[in-house]
Amino acid sequence: MKKRGNGFLAAGLLLAGTLAALVLLGMFWTPYDPNAMSAGPKFDSPSLAHLLGTDNFGRDIFSRVLQGAGTTVSIALAALAGGAVCGTAVGAVTGYCGGAADEVLMRLNDALTAFPSILLALVVISILGPGSRFHVTLALGLVFIPSFARVSRTAFAALRDVNYVKSARLMGAPGWRIVLVHILPNTLPVLLPALTIGFNNAVLAEASMSFLGIGVTPPEASLGYMLSEAQGMLFAAPWYAAGTGFAIVLLVFSVGLIGEGLRQRDGGVL
Amino acid sequence: MSGEKAGPMGILPILNETPGKKVVVMKYLLKRTALMAVTMLLVSLLAFVAFALISGDTATAMLGTSATPERLAALRAELGLDRPLPMRYASWLAGFFTGDLGMSSQYRQPVWDLLAPKVGVTLWLSLMSFALIILVSIPLGLWSSGRKSGVLGAALNQFCMAAPPFFTGILLSWIFGIGLRWFTPGEFPNAGEDLAGAAVYLFFAALALAIPRIAMTVRMLRSIIREEMGKDYVRTAISRGGSRGYILRRHVLRNALAPVVAFLAQTLAEIVAGSIVVEQVFAIPGLGRMLVASISNRDYAVVQVIVVILAFWVVLAGTLADLLNEGIDPRLRLGGGAA
Amino acid sequence: MKKKLLAAFLLLGLLSTVLCGCGDGSGEKTAEDSPAGDSALTAEPTANEITVGIAQDLDESLDPHKAVAAGTKEVMFNVFEGLVKPTPDGDLIPAVAETYKISEDQLTYTFTIREGLKFHNGDPVTVSDVLWSIQRCMPGGEADIQAVEALSAIQETEAGENTVTLTLDRPNNEFLSYLTLAILPQNYDQQDTAPVGTGPFQFISRTAQDNIILERFGDYWGEAAYLDKVTFKILENADSILMSLQSGAVDLFAHLTSTQVAQLGDGFRVEEGTMNLVQAMYLNHAEKPFDDLRVRQALCYAVDRQQILDLAFDGYGSLLGSSMYPAFGKYFDESLTNYYEHDVERAKSLLTEAGYPNGFAMTITVPSNYQPHIDTAQVIVEQLKEVGITAEIQLVEWSSWLSDVYAGRQYQATVVGVDASTMTARALLERFTSQAGNNFINYSNADYDAFFQQAVTAADSDAQIAAYRQAEANLTENAANVYIQDLADLVAVRADLEGLRFYPIYVLDLAGIKMK
Repeated sequence: MKKRGNGFLAAGLLLAGTLAALVLLGMFWTPYDPNAMSAGPKFDSPSLAHLLGTDNFGRDIFSRVLQGAGTTVSIALAALAGGAVCGTAVGAVTGYCGGAADEVLMRLNDALTAFPSILLALVVISILGPGSRFHVTLALGLVFIPSFARVSRTAFAALRDVNYVKSARLMGAPGWRIVLVHILPNTLPVLLPALTIGFNNAVLAEASMSFLGIGVTPPEASLGYMLSEAQGMLFAAPWYAAGTGFAIVLLVFSVGLIGEGLRQRDGGVL
Repeated sequence: MSGEKAGPMGILPILNETPGKKVVVMKYLLKRTALMAVTMLLVSLLAFVAFALISGDTATAMLGTSATPERLAALRAELGLDRPLPMRYASWLAGFFTGDLGMSSQYRQPVWDLLAPKVGVTLWLSLMSFALIILVSIPLGLWSSGRKSGVLGAALNQFCMAAPPFFTGILLSWIFGIGLRWFTPGEFPNAGEDLAGAAVYLFFAALALAIPRIAMTVRMLRSIIREEMGKDYVRTAISRGGSRGYILRRHVLRNALAPVVAFLAQTLAEIVAGSIVVEQVFAIPGLGRMLVASISNRDYAVVQVIVVILAFWVVLAGTLADLLNEGIDPRLRLGGGAA
Repeated sequence: MKKKLLAAFLLLGLLSTVLCGCGDGSGEKTAEDSPAGDSALTAEPTANEITVGIAQDLDESLDPHKAVAAGTKEVMFNVFEGLVKPTPDGDLIPAVAETYKISEDQLTYTFTIREGLKFHNGDPVTVSDVLWSIQRCMPGGEADIQAVEALSAIQETEAGENTVTLTLDRPNNEFLSYLTLAILPQNYDQQDTAPVGTGPFQFISRTAQDNIILERFGDYWGEAAYLDKVTFKILENADSILMSLQSGAVDLFAHLTSTQVAQLGDGFRVEEGTMNLVQAMYLNHAEKPFDDLRVRQALCYAVDRQQILDLAFDGYGSLLGSSMYPAFGKYFDESLTNYYEHDVERAKSLLTEAGYPNGFAMTITVPSNYQPHIDTAQVIVEQLKEVGITAEIQLVEWSSWLSDVYAGRQYQATVVGVDASTMTARALLERFTSQAGNNFINYSNADYDAFFQQAVTAADSDAQIAAYRQAEANLTENAANVYIQDLADLVAVRADLEGLRFYPIYVLDLAGIKMK
């Protein structure tokens, strides 16, 4: 079991590492200028010159995917980090303390979970002003708080009364110390996989926001916006949607493999 | 509102077999129902506040490019939009509880007339997707639990989980729509005239929605069953010469049922949230698409009702999942720390 | 254990047969459908009806006095008529009125209502219906009615037995154009959802986000429509538009993109008209640095309009140099079109003069619901890079655009198309007068105001045309906006249909369409 778990981990890390290297590369160098337009190679199918073909403006799709992946990954990661930290904090407090705070926060949390995230994101964008990556990230981060709060609350509540926590409490350890030192490390087996699933959701959310025109704006490439644009060109350039879509799938897949590896290594079953 | 009790009532007695617990359970259910109501209220309030915060209001959307400050002011006054937010919310709430869902500011039609046909479409999409998840993942999960996990299987599982419905939908449209012409992406057949066509259309949307969740359910099922099979009582049963199938039926499935059902309940909630995006990709005239359109038209009466409907579904499924989870895990006692 | 396995397999098998069955069924269906679809191109369908694809839902009031969206007016043009109605040539002919007389001093308009004229619901059209319809659109009425400013010139209305007389307080050459406003029955309260008019087609039903159905109006006063029934099918998805056309499910589709047209295939004829709107990068003159003429001119020189057409529109479209498009004929001044030729060096030196030798950063706000404008903006961003200007696109929802850009005027630049609500030059040019409520670019130029005033008060039409042309030239010389083009309107029409007529305004007239 252990060995194979590491196998997944290794494969995942290898794939993710390769992709990360490509994404990093894309930040400094791409085969073509991702935004350079040219009327000549419009809707060219994939070839050696253009690995993933060209789009309606004759832009090189491979270059755009490289650049777009960078945008998408950085937004997804930042949003995820923000959402995870805030969500876990909320979950820790509510799960450990219980009582009235738990009720109030969980009610609010439930309401946010049941609330269409599109509307939520729109509100944030409306208040902050559209366009910038930072605002999109903030909007997405907010959307992720409830799910992390829910997961971590369950984990913290379950660990609240286990023996070593009880004994720490008897020894007079302060609440924050118990939460941070005694419980938090033990919730990692639950939280880490949640992070990998969260990444999937973050990429998806970025895409659906772009679909509504409130995400990252063109000509800056982002996988989500490119995919929504590609949907309108399925006839003329199916490789556009395929190239962009599989880039998303590969990203999420590599992170999923890491998650699976972690889960198997820690032996945690959820 | 009575329907929401029927679900948990049916299952809980199994989990709490001692008769003395019945009163506790009843009390608990009442509490959960009240909590659901509170959550719903909160959701509708949030939606209302959200609408006050986003730029552009109902009046600007209605007047379009013919808007002038004076006309906007006049229309806002006519629509009652110039009243303070709490008053507007109160009057909306009063209307909601007296069965008056309001008028759509865009379509100038009672909200319910507009939404009634959409509810059915979204419901069908969600149920179809849910049925797919159950029909595919339960047999697959059972089957795979009997086998040592292959690297290939696990990788495939991960791959499916990584396939966002957003993209799968586009891929399915391309293969089965544009390629094979089994359906026309974007042209949802009228279910009244072409039921089979509508079913085929919805099937592909449901599939896009189901694929990652099938993968999740299979993996969850597999790990639960394998964990259960590794327990002492099963080993004892096997050492007594029971067949795997018999043990699976008699003991394992019974014990695994609750967490699986809880997981599926949660899935049901997620499907509805996911249907918003899928309806957008497939241009299905359901609640999700109406929600997106109404948000951009600032048609708050419609948005409120859709948000409440979707939230009700999510909260109901979530509560169901909680009930089942708490029924099983004694560490999460009924009623939280206060009980 | 084996049994269990078998059962699981069976279940899977069953499921897959169900799925395949599903698929097979639909496969057969299309197999039957597509030859039928092909033959439909040649054989006459049993019923005399067509399906017209439209890209946007008519998601608002269908009352013509309240409807806002160009897409709604375009479709409902077939249902309503005014005292007069426009012709494809840009003239006005009597409609609800049988004849009209304009007095020498251009102050008194007398309309004789057509005898025996009926609304779609069977009610006769009366003088009071006509007066009510006109009064309903006067400024200061109900808040959600689209008030027509020009009607405020009406000083007095008088109803005869079958005549209506309007007396104006000042002469107005273009006044008749405003009387294309729809005549509606006074005593009918479902205009919002089940509209009733006097046009060649009557409204049957609307299913939100699905379709709108019109049928021929049997009692139409003029030449009846050829088609019995028209279904407007809403197809928001670009692929579905092509597929529906190819499968024969849709017979006519307007406003296609050049890419779609290239993939259409046989069985369709593509007719090219113009969209009749002024697409431009509109600049907010109240925002720095766009208050500086040199900066605006630099932008005009920096933008290569022909390249925009080539890159984003496959060369379709007609270039514009001012807020007027060619379909307006006499008002359109072609010499303005190439006032600013693409010239990067000139743009740079103008920027240096204005104090921006290294360019500046700007934001172009674009409504997210209209791809041609987004595409145009993307090309502009690239072109501006050459002169050192870093432009960023900001996509906003239409409602946000309306409230922030159009009404709130909080923006720097925006790429949109502005159309004319009536067939008057005034409809295009009035918004740039400094006091206009819809002057969203904050244009303020005393000369322009004077030219415009001259035009609207001109005694004869030659003087009026001259004044309007001066106003247009003023916009161009002052680089009021970066004018781009009037988009091409590409309409796919089934090969055996004929009679499509283009108008100088944004409408889709189906009355003349018939099978060959």
